[in-house]
Amino acid sequence: MTSSTQNAIGLVQFPGSNCDADCIEAFKRLFQIDLHLIWHEEHEIPAHIQGLILPGGFSYGDYLRSGALAAFSPIMQSVKKFAERGGAVLGICNGFQVLCESKLLPGTLLKNVQRKFVCEMTSLSVTSEGKSPWHKALAGKSYRVPIAHGEGNYYIDQAGLKKLQSQGQILFQYSDDKGQASATSNPNGTLLNIAGIVSENGRVMGMMPHPERASSELLGSDDGAAILKVFMDTALKA
Amino acid sequence: MNYEVIVELKPEVLDTQGRAIKEALNRLGHEGLKSVKVQRRFVLEIADGVKDPAALVNQLAAEHLANSVAETFTAKRL
Amino acid sequence: MQKDLIAQSEKIGSLKQAPFISEEGDAFAAQLKKHKINQEEYKVLKTIVGRSPTLPELGVFSAMWSEHCSYKSSKIHLRKLPTEGPEVVVGPGENAGVVRLSGKLCIAFKMESHNHPSYIEPYQGAATGVGGILRDVFCMGARPVANLNSLRFGERTHPKTHYLFENVVKGVGDYGNCVGIPTVAGTVSFDKTYNGNILVNAMTCGTIHEDKIFKGYASGIHNLVVYVGSATGRDGIHGASMASDSFSSAQSGERSTVQVGDPFAEKLLLEATLEVLERGLVVGLQDMGAAGLTSSSFEMADRAGNGLYLNLDYVPARAQAMTAYELLLSESQERMLMCVEPSKWEALQECLKRWQLPFAIIGLVTEGGRMHIVKDGVLEVDVPVGPLAEQAPRYERPYEYLEKNYSDDETFRSTLAEIPFTDLLGKALDDTGFKTTIYKQYDHHIGNKTILGPKEEGAGLLWMKSDWANKGDEYIGLAVSTSCNERYCAQDPYTGAAQAVLKNYRSIVATGAKPLAVTDCLNYGNPEDPAVMGEIVAGIDGIGAACRALETPVVSGNVSLYNTTDGVSIAPTPMIGMVGKHPDVRNAVPAILKEKASIYWLKPKASKGSFGGSLAAKLLNASTTEHVPKLNFEAEKEAATTIQNLVQNKKIVAARDIGAGGMALSLQKMLLSKGFGGKFQLPGTTGPRDQNVIAFAEHSASYLIASKEPLDLDLTHLECHKLGEALAGQSEMSLGLATWPLADVTLRSKESLTI
Repeated sequence: MTSSTQNAIGLVQFPGSNCDADCIEAFKRLFQIDLHLIWHEEHEIPAHIQGLILPGGFSYGDYLRSGALAAFSPIMQSVKKFAERGGAVLGICNGFQVLCESKLLPGTLLKNVQRKFVCEMTSLSVTSEGKSPWHKALAGKSYRVPIAHGEGNYYIDQAGLKKLQSQGQILFQYSDDKGQASATSNPNGTLLNIAGIVSENGRVMGMMPHPERASSELLGSDDGAAILKVFMDTALKA
Repeated sequence: MNYEVIVELKPEVLDTQGRAIKEALNRLGHEGLKSVKVQRRFVLEIADGVKDPAALVNQLAAEHLANSVAETFTAKRL
Repeated sequence: MQKDLIAQSEKIGSLKQAPFISEEGDAFAAQLKKHKINQEEYKVLKTIVGRSPTLPELGVFSAMWSEHCSYKSSKIHLRKLPTEGPEVVVGPGENAGVVRLSGKLCIAFKMESHNHPSYIEPYQGAATGVGGILRDVFCMGARPVANLNSLRFGERTHPKTHYLFENVVKGVGDYGNCVGIPTVAGTVSFDKTYNGNILVNAMTCGTIHEDKIFKGYASGIHNLVVYVGSATGRDGIHGASMASDSFSSAQSGERSTVQVGDPFAEKLLLEATLEVLERGLVVGLQDMGAAGLTSSSFEMADRAGNGLYLNLDYVPARAQAMTAYELLLSESQERMLMCVEPSKWEALQECLKRWQLPFAIIGLVTEGGRMHIVKDGVLEVDVPVGPLAEQAPRYERPYEYLEKNYSDDETFRSTLAEIPFTDLLGKALDDTGFKTTIYKQYDHHIGNKTILGPKEEGAGLLWMKSDWANKGDEYIGLAVSTSCNERYCAQDPYTGAAQAVLKNYRSIVATGAKPLAVTDCLNYGNPEDPAVMGEIVAGIDGIGAACRALETPVVSGNVSLYNTTDGVSIAPTPMIGMVGKHPDVRNAVPAILKEKASIYWLKPKASKGSFGGSLAAKLLNASTTEHVPKLNFEAEKEAATTIQNLVQNKKIVAARDIGAGGMALSLQKMLLSKGFGGKFQLPGTTGPRDQNVIAFAEHSASYLIASKEPLDLDLTHLECHKLGEALAGQSEMSLGLATWPLADVTLRSKESLTI
């Protein structure tokens, strides 16, 4: 790894982030790179940053709605500019919720339909319509990645959904053993089994499952490593 | 000056909390109960010097307290 | 600020004195009763104070001398527990015990009860229980890496059980999930003994560097005492211990309220505390847990042999017009008391601000060993610190322990033999349940360490990769478990308590790990009842005997007494938590079968098993004269070494200790979660009369192990039987003479615990 690569991926830390350490650990173990940490009170994304991760957690306690308070923090204004310039952003779990609340991704995440937190292994399929670098790199396989959330029930109105579909923005769907997005494989009531989506330009991706946890066979699955790798490649190829 | 903001899910979005409460109450024998809608009520105290307090309250409600994707709100002065 | 406080502390003599309590009439007797201080204790109190106490002073003594803080009924017995061993770094008496895992990598761990608050308000009670035990661990400087919980509810059909169960589980889950600590193992059961007294015991394990274990003192005269965290409200002040005349009528609606947990505040407090300790910014630090500001300030001062001057006017308050009494005894959550040198105050402030924590200087360290507490210019508390702890009451309460006679119960065994096997198996599955609905609500893999979680149904196992561990230990694991069979303890309080230690020992062994040390949470009834006190003494002796034999010292613990409703005490429930060391998590095996294999049954030679306190007896709703499984430490240790070797040599693919419900239930559960079936023998059967007896009898030192190759074990104290081949894609399963369709059992597993 060159020194520029070493510092090229940033991770935004909110006071209630609790999956930040897991991301740091996974990137170190999988790719031997140190993530550049950005505290939520900072106003600028350093110029050398090529990709940003918003980790899971409960950003500011999530007492209004998940991700809502974080969406208006100083750093998120800079993240928006970063994304508008075409920067690569990966939001995981609470990070996905923050991206939706910040309007960097369409839709929102409602409480799970069973009104309970749900933690379990899921199987993700990749939709075939998309043209984003994510779709291209990940298509044709399914990925075992765990979820752990209370508000992961993706919602968007009909018009919004049509647009998502027509532009190929749906990336991951919760699926069964056969790769089908069926009712029984839907863990939280999410629309069309949606687990992850990308932005129109394909460079901002949000997903409820935790790829950083599926980073070793010992931890139950290493399928998340491939997802993190695509993010790295997307960010660094810019 | 106090303002009240009430936020609730849009009618087309399933209110899982409301549904669960309704079903639980029905199970207790209150069969006359047809539906329950859960709302969140915020009371905002606005400083005296603010020029257009109603506009401020509306802005705060629209941008922060409610998520327009799935929620609506009403605001009024108390 | 410091100068001002010094000046204030030097002018104490000129302050107005708060009124002393009246020592006359019924009101006085009622006052003492409310504060749970008896006449003898009051005499000692007066010699310590040198006069009649003020109301806040009485409250302070009441709290510090409470069973919870002083262990006054149990301490003389707790001293008999083994607490030392080569890997013990910190034993009992600190916020948590600490054992060495590898090199400088140590584990701080402890278990605590939150039974009563959880019965009153299950969601908040359970949540704040988790919060409290997390703070005990992180205030030593350890970063929490795993939570466990032990839950006991009344019968499933009891009208309150559903509500209590749903909310306790949600409370435990929401709090741990938000702070970001995985819940990796636990135990739950439903029994009528808990109809009026549920148990919520929470355990936390944290990692810490051996040279950085923090034991804080309020040292250094004129160092600042800093209040950190959420503002103080009237939460958790023991309503009954408050004098009614201390309230004005306007306040009476605002009496003690339920403690409310704020996991986000806890997360901030966790990060700030660990940073403060890592950077050495404080000399003292103590969680405001039970008895809040009182216990934290007295403990911190007592350890240093110093006094404190505290001005309660500076304490951040959430409610209006709070009295000194209330501020001292509130149990508002997510608060810490810190002691800082003035030169480091700037840096400490910067850190606390960054973590968005409210804070305030509320006093300073003084010479002379007295606690001076002032509010509104009135001297409310003026007592010596040392004697209050040293002269805390210790009771050798009278106890009676009736040795029961146990015998083989032929009546019970014939009754059991007549029931259809599949009915029994079904009931056993229903009773013990599948915990999916519970653990799905707990984040069990945050932290990237969980090798074996609740889904694997045995002990939890975490991968402890750390720079602090010895070279070559990069795949070292921490195994954790908590359990206690209350039926064994009801039948035989001594052996039952020892079996609680053994149950955890076996769960940890079954992963391939070596058990290291124990924490306990002794849940019992009213110690003033000699029969209950007898159970306590027997229980502590039983734990001691097992821990000595297994070389797993007790390094921390908690006692919860008075679990009594309407004069009826709960069954003795000495909940045990245990940690162990796994040499290589890559070889670890789960308690459920994930691939086809031959199943073997390991048990002590010639062990016939027994039914005292058995699940079978509970299902038949029958009492029995039989003893609980007899202790056999030689067999336990041989089983442990055998399984540890098999795991390290990669000879087995799963191992499960056999507990309640005997071999039949364990076998069914081991195979079910991945849908295995097959035909299995029942060794020793001679016909239908002993089918159920052999299948459901409970043993010590008993395991099921699964191997892909033939096992030929050289055993002295144990015997090993091959039961059969577990195969995938089966529609039926058979054991001995019984055959049943697997679909029924699968359906049961889906419906269970949705009470």
